[in-house]
Amino acid sequence: MKTDRRIRVIVAKPGLDGHDRGAKIVARALRDAGMEVIYTGLRQTPEQIANAALQEDVDVVGISILSGAHNTIIPRLCHLLRDAGMQDVLVIVGGIVPDGDIHGLKEAGVAAVFQPGATTQEIVDFIRSHVKQAA
Amino acid sequence: MGKTANSGDRKAGTHNERQEKFTTLSGVPVQPLYTQEDLQDFSYESDLADPGEYPYTRGIHRTMYRGKLWTMRQFSGSGSPEDTNQRLQYLLKQGQTGLSIAFDLPTLMGYDSDHALAGGEVGKCGVAVSSLEDMETLLAGLPLERVTTSMTINSPAAIVWAMYLVAAEKIGADWKQISGTLQNDILKEYIAQKEYIFPPAPSMRLVVDSIIFSSRETPRWNPISISGYHIREAGSTAVQELAFTLRDGMEYVDWVRRAGLDVDEFAPRLSFFFNSHNDLFEEIAKFRAARKIWAKVMRDRYGAKDPRSWLCRFHTQTAGCSLTAQQPYNNVVRTAIQALAGVLGGTQSLHTNSLDEAWALPTEHAATVALRTQQVIAHESGVAGVADPLGGSYFLEKLTLDTERACYEYFDKIDALGGMVAAIEKGFPQKEIHEAAYTYQREVERKEKIIVGVNDFVSEEDRLVDILVIDEAIAKRQQEKLAALKKKRDKARVLQTLDALGGASGTDQNLMPYILECVRAYATLGEMCDVLRKVFGTYEEPAFG
Repeated sequence: MKTDRRIRVIVAKPGLDGHDRGAKIVARALRDAGMEVIYTGLRQTPEQIANAALQEDVDVVGISILSGAHNTIIPRLCHLLRDAGMQDVLVIVGGIVPDGDIHGLKEAGVAAVFQPGATTQEIVDFIRSHVKQAA
Repeated sequence: MGKTANSGDRKAGTHNERQEKFTTLSGVPVQPLYTQEDLQDFSYESDLADPGEYPYTRGIHRTMYRGKLWTMRQFSGSGSPEDTNQRLQYLLKQGQTGLSIAFDLPTLMGYDSDHALAGGEVGKCGVAVSSLEDMETLLAGLPLERVTTSMTINSPAAIVWAMYLVAAEKIGADWKQISGTLQNDILKEYIAQKEYIFPPAPSMRLVVDSIIFSSRETPRWNPISISGYHIREAGSTAVQELAFTLRDGMEYVDWVRRAGLDVDEFAPRLSFFFNSHNDLFEEIAKFRAARKIWAKVMRDRYGAKDPRSWLCRFHTQTAGCSLTAQQPYNNVVRTAIQALAGVLGGTQSLHTNSLDEAWALPTEHAATVALRTQQVIAHESGVAGVADPLGGSYFLEKLTLDTERACYEYFDKIDALGGMVAAIEKGFPQKEIHEAAYTYQREVERKEKIIVGVNDFVSEEDRLVDILVIDEAIAKRQQEKLAALKKKRDKARVLQTLDALGGASGTDQNLMPYILECVRAYATLGEMCDVLRKVFGTYEEPAFG
């Protein structure tokens, strides 16, 4: 039975952005909160992230992006996740995303965008209350 | 010397206080009061000396800002070379006195604007420069003979510098006269900013080649800006920022000396770049300690004889990581305090962040306010009329000494690991930084560290209406320009020069002349980097758990 298993999260850095301070802090905070976390490392393509998410059988895809390329990269990633049958995977984003771009990302399939100032606790709470785990 | 009663109280703070403990931003405990007692072994001659005198704790010049103000050098770049040229011209008109160029991520990572991996990234974090043509457009009409240019670029720095040199050559500038700075500090990429392309050894080779080339061909140019800014932005403490930066500097000195140069042949043109964060006294102490430590290291560890080799000349940027998305006008205040720390700390050059930069690259208006911040400090605050005006403060002098001592402890640790490259390969500085970053985040979330507007003094507020949005059409225009360039240039010459670069990369010849030839033929940044990627390989950071 899978309901007792720990929440599995992949923390991903798509695009060319190398700023990983936040991604590493979130990965660690999620681990401290009892989740299993895979960190992709830097400069992953949407294809690489979707593949890793599928192989790792994750419940959550956490995207960290600060470079301004989110409107191009994230919809593509969401599309690939759906194509791979992962439409129930929770997709969340953290980084630099102006207010005006949030609606578009949510339309593309993102469940929440954590802007600067968000706490790790908020992210943990959101995941726990929104994650869908397969029975 | 009379001792006052209850000196223990003074140290331990037993009276009712607002907080359980008081520390600097980096977590160093601070006493309620500092007196002469805290400076028992202190000596003006050996710990300070006058400004312009070894060990330069009080400043590198005798007159400091009475002689010449720091350079007001605003880091700028966005969209197309035309857009950025406009912003540079505008800021010069508003009174900035130096140029500083920010490049976009594809450029920083050695990709042309039309590369598959450049999708969504062109012009977003800085200006897109794929070729000499872009560089010429970027620099058009700028007074390069009287204003210096700093370029923030690292992995492909030698190539972008070559573009600058050829663009300058084409407008008749004399390489022996041109002055500016190339960041070109690859070690801090592995440690903090992570914009590396190639593995450490060939990357160091490129840095060494450029330093050697500069020492011979461009004597007024600073071929490297050894940086702590990014290390601090990644979450390090002030001491870590200082120690890792200066130790990186020592690593570069070791490598260039191994390549055959005498230390005095190149050390005078090494330069540095520090962060200036919120804690005023911690930052000022850090800058003063930097000068003192570097002077001693250069004179005593490396035996440098030329006093110019002993000078820690540095640029400062106010802390980007301190800017908040909430209540962005508070950022004007933060930047002002941080800028003041840089000035009281004796910086040679200063960039002040804009209020909107937690959201986007700065608007023209926000960048102007940032520049005016420096001008108010320079012309209205009075601090620029006296060198090292806080010198002699019991607190500051104690903090400077403690910072220096803590820095040497890190030097010992890194030396024991086999030097900085070895320490990086073992993940040492990266782990130190992550621990400090995580500790800080926990403190913020527990409200042990207050960030006004974020975890206290929160309010319903209007968001900024006007933030800079980069037009996606710029990417398309850049791609069209590249296509046109590739049609009109001499293809045979491009291939020949790229081939020669590839061949030379496998030997130990200095690569600068080969890169310059490729640039003159209008080979693109991506084409040159692809040649180097093939020979040098690419680097992936090991997972450090």
